[in-house]
Amino acid sequence: MEQMLNIFIRSIFVDNMVFAYYLGMCSFLAVSKNVKTALGLGTAVTFILVCTLPINYILENYVLKEGALAWLGEDYADINLSFLSFIIFIAVIASFTQLVEMIVERFAPALYASLGIFLPLIAVNCAILGGSLFMQQKDFPNVGIATAYGLGSGIGWLLAIVGMAAIREKLAYSDIPKPLRGLGITFILTGLMGIGFMCFSGLKI
Amino acid sequence: MGLLTSKQKEILLGPLSKNNPVVVQMLGICSALAVTSKLEPAIVMGISVTVVVAFANVIISLLRNTIPNRIRIIVQLVVAAALVTIVSEVLKAFAFEVNKQLSVFVGLIITNCILMGRLEAFALANRPWDSFLDGIGNGLGYGIILVLIGFFRELFGSGSLLGIKVVPQVFYDWGYVDNGLVILPPMALFIVATIIWVHRSRNKELQEN
Repeated sequence: MEQMLNIFIRSIFVDNMVFAYYLGMCSFLAVSKNVKTALGLGTAVTFILVCTLPINYILENYVLKEGALAWLGEDYADINLSFLSFIIFIAVIASFTQLVEMIVERFAPALYASLGIFLPLIAVNCAILGGSLFMQQKDFPNVGIATAYGLGSGIGWLLAIVGMAAIREKLAYSDIPKPLRGLGITFILTGLMGIGFMCFSGLKI
Repeated sequence: MGLLTSKQKEILLGPLSKNNPVVVQMLGICSALAVTSKLEPAIVMGISVTVVVAFANVIISLLRNTIPNRIRIIVQLVVAAALVTIVSEVLKAFAFEVNKQLSVFVGLIITNCILMGRLEAFALANRPWDSFLDGIGNGLGYGIILVLIGFFRELFGSGSLLGIKVVPQVFYDWGYVDNGLVILPPMALFIVATIIWVHRSRNKELQEN
């Protein structure tokens, strides 16, 4: 339990997807123009992360990893399918996004209307695949911790994009040099926010 | 005119500056920032992305009339994932150290927006040869930015290039110190911002209001 909380807090603040690993930058920059859509996209990303990470964790540990197929019998004990992990992970993520899209469309049309455009795009958000790949690298001891990691990373991404959108809404009032307007100043802001987040790096729980 | 028509030249050379994937189209930024704290991984990453984008473009372009519209994203992802798996295995075999430094970012080429963006915007509507050139051009445009960022970060961050010391020892004796901040993540963003600044002051038509 303690370890779960530790991973959860760390993935929000210290190992923040955006500021520590620059994952999900493309949509982070493109969608952070106003707070409402940013909040929608952030929620959707968090949701998909929480759902796909446990699935990929189970696949990784019972199908893909070296010796993971041992539960099928002696003959399968030394099979190593880890080279297939990219294809399996991305297939899980893409099909899950499609599934969520259909479910939301059927049962919550209002939410679908506000999220509609972003849902299919989530499949190609690097933060999601990045979550699964980090999960593979960090070798978590059980599904619960992997889920906590997914939830934390998602919330961290949500925090980052909402904060960014809030700052960019206020930018309309400032006089920025012409060549820096738009993309350039957004990069500088992200860098400054990143430096801000770095002060969490000494955090110990 | 030889091998390339003028339109094909434009497809190949446009992405290098005027239509650069990173600083103009705003694609593939995630990996551009993460792998550039040293020059060597930046170069390897540039080459890998160029290879993957070029061949994925060709494959999707060949299949473009047979892919049903509704599931095209999944088809594109599968093609990309297959190619990235090959690249990753090759890197593991021949450049293990660099592969370790790149860590998850090799796998993340799959969701690199340059790849998906070019497949969606170009390969689905153009012939294989044009798509191939487009892939090479965009990969190189991405590579140039990566090498630029990697160059400055390694030079100022550790005083070396490709692992070889270039700042002479006398400078250190006089009190020059490597700037550790440049190695840290946020500094990459400032360098990209500076590149955008310079690029846009030279190409006024790209400025936003």
